[in-house]
This record gives sequence, structure tokens and C-alpha cells, in this order.
Amino acid sequence: MEATSARFPANARAALGDADLRASLARLQREYRRDRAAVAARLPEFDALRDAAAAIKDHALDHLAFYLERFEERVIAQGGQVHWCRDGTEACEAVLAICRAEGATAVGKGKSMISEEIGLNAFLERNGIAPVETDLGEYIVQQRGEAPSHIVMPAIHLNVKQIADGFRAAHGALDPARALDGPDALLAEARTRLRDKFLSAEIGITGANFLVAETGSVVLVTNEGNGDLTHTLPRIHIALASIEKAVPTIDDAMALVRVLARSATAQEITSYTSLVTGPARAGDADGPRAFHVVLLDGGRSRLLGSERRAILRCIRCGACQSQCPVYGHVGGHAYGWVYAGPVGAVLTPALLGVPAAKHLPAASTFCGRCEEVCPVRIPLPALMRSWREEAFARRAGSATERALLKLWGAAVRRPALWRALVGPVSYVLAFCARRSGVYRALPLAGGWTGARDMPAPEGGSFVAAWARARKADAP
Amino acid sequence: MTGARDAILAAIRDARGDAVPTAPAPRSPLPARAQGTPEALVARFVEMALLAGATVSRAAGADGVPGAVAEYLSRGGLGGAVVLSPDPAVAGLDWDRAPRLTVHRGAGRDEMASAAATVTGAVCGVAETGTLMVCAGGPVANALHLLPEAHIAVLRASDIVGGYEAARARLGAELPRAVTFITGPSRTADIEKTPQIGVHGPRRLHIVLVDGA
Repeated sequence: MEATSARFPANARAALGDADLRASLARLQREYRRDRAAVAARLPEFDALRDAAAAIKDHALDHLAFYLERFEERVIAQGGQVHWCRDGTEACEAVLAICRAEGATAVGKGKSMISEEIGLNAFLERNGIAPVETDLGEYIVQQRGEAPSHIVMPAIHLNVKQIADGFRAAHGALDPARALDGPDALLAEARTRLRDKFLSAEIGITGANFLVAETGSVVLVTNEGNGDLTHTLPRIHIALASIEKAVPTIDDAMALVRVLARSATAQEITSYTSLVTGPARAGDADGPRAFHVVLLDGGRSRLLGSERRAILRCIRCGACQSQCPVYGHVGGHAYGWVYAGPVGAVLTPALLGVPAAKHLPAASTFCGRCEEVCPVRIPLPALMRSWREEAFARRAGSATERALLKLWGAAVRRPALWRALVGPVSYVLAFCARRSGVYRALPLAGGWTGARDMPAPEGGSFVAAWARARKADAP
Repeated sequence: MTGARDAILAAIRDARGDAVPTAPAPRSPLPARAQGTPEALVARFVEMALLAGATVSRAAGADGVPGAVAEYLSRGGLGGAVVLSPDPAVAGLDWDRAPRLTVHRGAGRDEMASAAATVTGAVCGVAETGTLMVCAGGPVANALHLLPEAHIAVLRASDIVGGYEAARARLGAELPRAVTFITGPSRTADIEKTPQIGVHGPRRLHIVLVDGA
């Protein structure tokens, strides 16, 4: 997927002008906040479970090599294969090699963010294989030629009319005048179209929410049942996973499942949580005869050794996206790559580099809502700040910005100098706006006042006003 | 490709991710609602299963199951035929007790896909979220749980446990290929966040809870 993260400011401005998008995002945030509060209230142990989930992930990361090797051992013992891939290119080629060895071209896909990261669909299409997304949200964006905009709800940026337009354009053989006037009609059409794909797919590609070392199992968490049909019906199952998905035991995976759905969709648990272990055994009535796990490093081992290791705890629930006020106004596509919102602001610079991604950690007010809802307690604002510091140190921003920040830094560290400068300026600003009380524009600050009014200051410094007030209060 | 494997493991080692664990991962607390007397757990299982959108009916003993299945089909307007799982707990029931019900055994994939309903067993029920744990393996196809319009699961009340850990303990060290925790029917909220039922998996999940078995 071609990244446009470097154009985040322009992307965001365009998104702010999109009324349909703003309405869709407002609905997501309003309903998510309400629903998550409700599901958390029904489980008194929720916070303790989140602490435990963070501890389990940290333990798994501390012993990652051990658990990955154990996982591989178990997969092989069941008759499966594990393909280790350093980067997206190796991963795409591993998947293609499996398809070619099978002589298979009909591929069904369950949802996989790793497949987005490595650009798998486009790569397979260039090589004569057309994968069909079976997750409804992914299918909807695939029909529109778009990328998913949210980790868990890929089409949440769209309304019914937009989805219907996409279906009419893509399902050319159907009557163009048919009614597609509500979610039910759209769902019925998608269900019928995709049923055939499920039943005829030769290869099923899924992601993996967790890789369980104890048993060599892949855990798939879905609501639709598409992941289950994808790993059951075709003759080959390929599971794509990044290396940090490894956890020690089934019980550890289920402890993470307890916080995953509650954080992602505010459900107690999803409709289907599946433990998939190896290919079909001799005598099994269904299931694939070959099982492959494609393991991707893709920058994770580097993150593991860095001070930003905590981001590897992420279990891809998307709660930070659903809660973030910035994401809530501009949506996922503005971030320009696979991961948006706070998790994207921390992952993208790590995986694409600071020059391409520097705007993302800067697009935050550090309100901390993301950290409040993260089921594995990732300190997202602190990690975003660490990227801002690195960007500053690497001179990634403009020379003017750096110079102004240095100037401001020099003044603010010298309180007497600061007050001597700010006091008079503040009185001047107060005087000039004494009638309106507000500045709609300020020279040199157009970037700020272009979209905001600045209230006029009262005059003088806070410290001086504080001293006066204390003197007045003193007996 | 062994080059990639070695390189990745070496990189993990360099990143201080290669210690051999001396203890398991820290334990996660068991929620209070996953605990209680057997009676309390049965009641909670039913409550949570209903909240998740499943329907539940009760049968007095194994002999009551065919009648309960027939009643569910007729109440639901689902016709008079079901596909049975080869699981002895289902196939071995006395289906003559529901003479108006047509039962199909040994169904292939197409039959499962067009079936109004399948009847399968369940290894256990998990009270904390009203969840069924089902397994596929041997003659029991996973598709039985996924393809029909309605999935009817026969669950003994004595097989209801509190939490997922207790369910997992029933599986032993070697897992069958497909173990699925099923909670309610298939669903999505991908279109305008509107909750919708019946996407790819079954539109209906019915649990026949067998007492005294």
C-alpha cells in the first residue's frame, strides 16, 4: 500500500471538508464511547484484567524467541509449515510460492492487517491471482478500491448510500435499479455474492489474533464467521502473522480475548473465537490438507530492542482510534497508511521511518483518552512524545519551526525574562482587542488563527496576577 | 529461508527478547461471573446466551431432545428437516421420538450449505459469556457449525463450566484442528455501525439445554 502519511496535513484538511465522513466518524465515536462504558460497567474486574493482559504481553515479549520456536515446533509436529519472513517482500513471495505450488488461483481472505501492510492483494493481482475479501467491511472497501480506515471496522467511514454506490458499480451483472436502500439489503447482497466465493476458494488466507506456543494454534477472533469458513472450506490455509503475536498458552490467549472484544466492539466476546491447530488430521471430515503460517518480522525485532517496545503489546482492538478526537475528525485515510489514530502515530514512524511519518505523532493533543482505553496499557502519549523528540533531534521539521522553538525554550526557562517579555505584549494585545475581546487573525500566527479565534488576554502575566491576588487575600 | 529464520531470531536475541522463561506468564484473574454453584452457572449461562442473541430451550434428559428440536423448527418456521452431526451424542439420540422430523445423516458440504438447520453437540458451555465450545474432528465437520441457516447445539446442563480456562481444561494437551467458542449467531456492525445478524455464519443459534443427563 502506497503511503501518503507525509501529506497528513493536506489529507486532514481535505477530510475536515467532507461532511459525510464527519457524520460517520461522529456516529462511531458517540456510540463507541457509550457502548464501551456499558460493557466495562458489566465487568467489575475489567481494569484488573487489562493490567493482567499487559503483563502477559510483556512476558511474551521478554521471551519472544523461546515462544516463537516452541510455536514453530508444535506447528511442524501437527504437519504444518512455518515461513519466516524478514520483510513484506519475503512474505508476499512466500504466499505466492504456496499458491503456485498448489496451482491455485481462487483465494478467499479473512481480515488481516498484515496483508494490508505488505500489500498482499496488489502483489497477488500482479501475479494473476485475485483474492476476494470475505470480511464484510473489507469487501465493501475492496469494491470501492479503498484501504480500510479502522483496524476493526474497515468501512466505518462510509454511509449506506456510499456503500450502495460501491456495490452497484462492482456488481455489474445485477439489475442496476434494484433497491439497496438499507443495511439489510446490502448485507443480503454481500452474503449471497460471498457465499459462492467461500465454497469455491482453493486457498484461504487469514490473519491471526494470537499465536499460541503451547499448542501451535492460531487464534482467530471474528463476528461474521468468515474467518472460520476461510480456514475450514479451502484445501489450503495460510495464516499471516507478525512475530509479536506469540503468547505462551491457550489460557493466556483467552485472558487477552477477555479484553479484546470489550475494547474493540464493546461486546462481551465475539461470535466466533477459534483455535486452529494444523491441517486436517487423517479421518477429518473437513479442513485444509495443508496449513502454513507466514511469520513476518517487518521491523518488530527492531522495535523490541528500542525504548518503544511497549507498542508491541498492541492486540489490534482499535479502541484508541475509536476514542481519539483527532481520528474522530479526520478519519483513518488521512493518516495515509495501514495504521491510523494513536497506534498509527506510534507504529508508522517505526515501520516507515521518521521523515515519512513525522506528522502523525505531531497530530495529537495528548489528551490521553487512548491510553485510558487501551486494554494492554500502552503509554501511547509518551510514545508519541518520544517520536516528536526524535523528529526534533533529527531535524525533521522546518528550520523556522526549530528556530522558533529554541527561542521560546530559551525565554521560558528564564522566568524574569519571560515575564518581562510577555507582560507588555499581553497588555498591548488586551488593549488592541478591548472592544471585541477576540482575535480572528494574528500576523505571523495565520496557521493557528486560520481555523481558530484567540481570546484576548487580560493583560500582564499570570504570576503577577497571582501575586496580587495572594496579597489581597492575606490577612 | 533458513537465512531469514536465523536472522529474525538473532535480531530478537539482540533486542533482549530471548530469555528462557523460568515461570509461566502472570495469571489473569478469573471474573466473579465465571464462578458459582453449578445451578448459578447454568442460570448465568442461559442469561448470557440470551443476551448474545441465542435462543435456549430445555429438554428433560436425552430422550427429550428430538422433541425440543422439532418444536424449535416448527416455532421458527424452519421446515421439517435437519442435518444431524455424526457425533454419537446427537446421532445416537432416539430421533423416532420426533416422527414428523426428517433427519439427514452423512450430509456433504452442499447439503449443509442449503440446510435449514444442523444439530450438533457441544463439548461444554461457558457461563461467563453464554458461550459454547464446539470441536470439529473425525467425522464431525466444522462446516456443520458454520453453513446452515440455523445451528442447533445440544448441550448438557452438567457440561456448563464457569470460565474459558475450565473449558480449555477439557481439551487436554492435543487439540483437534478446529475448536470454536461460539457466542450467539453470526453478526456484523460494519455498515454504519448498525448491528446486523447473519452475515456468513448461521443467522440463528439455538441451544437445547439437557437437564438431568
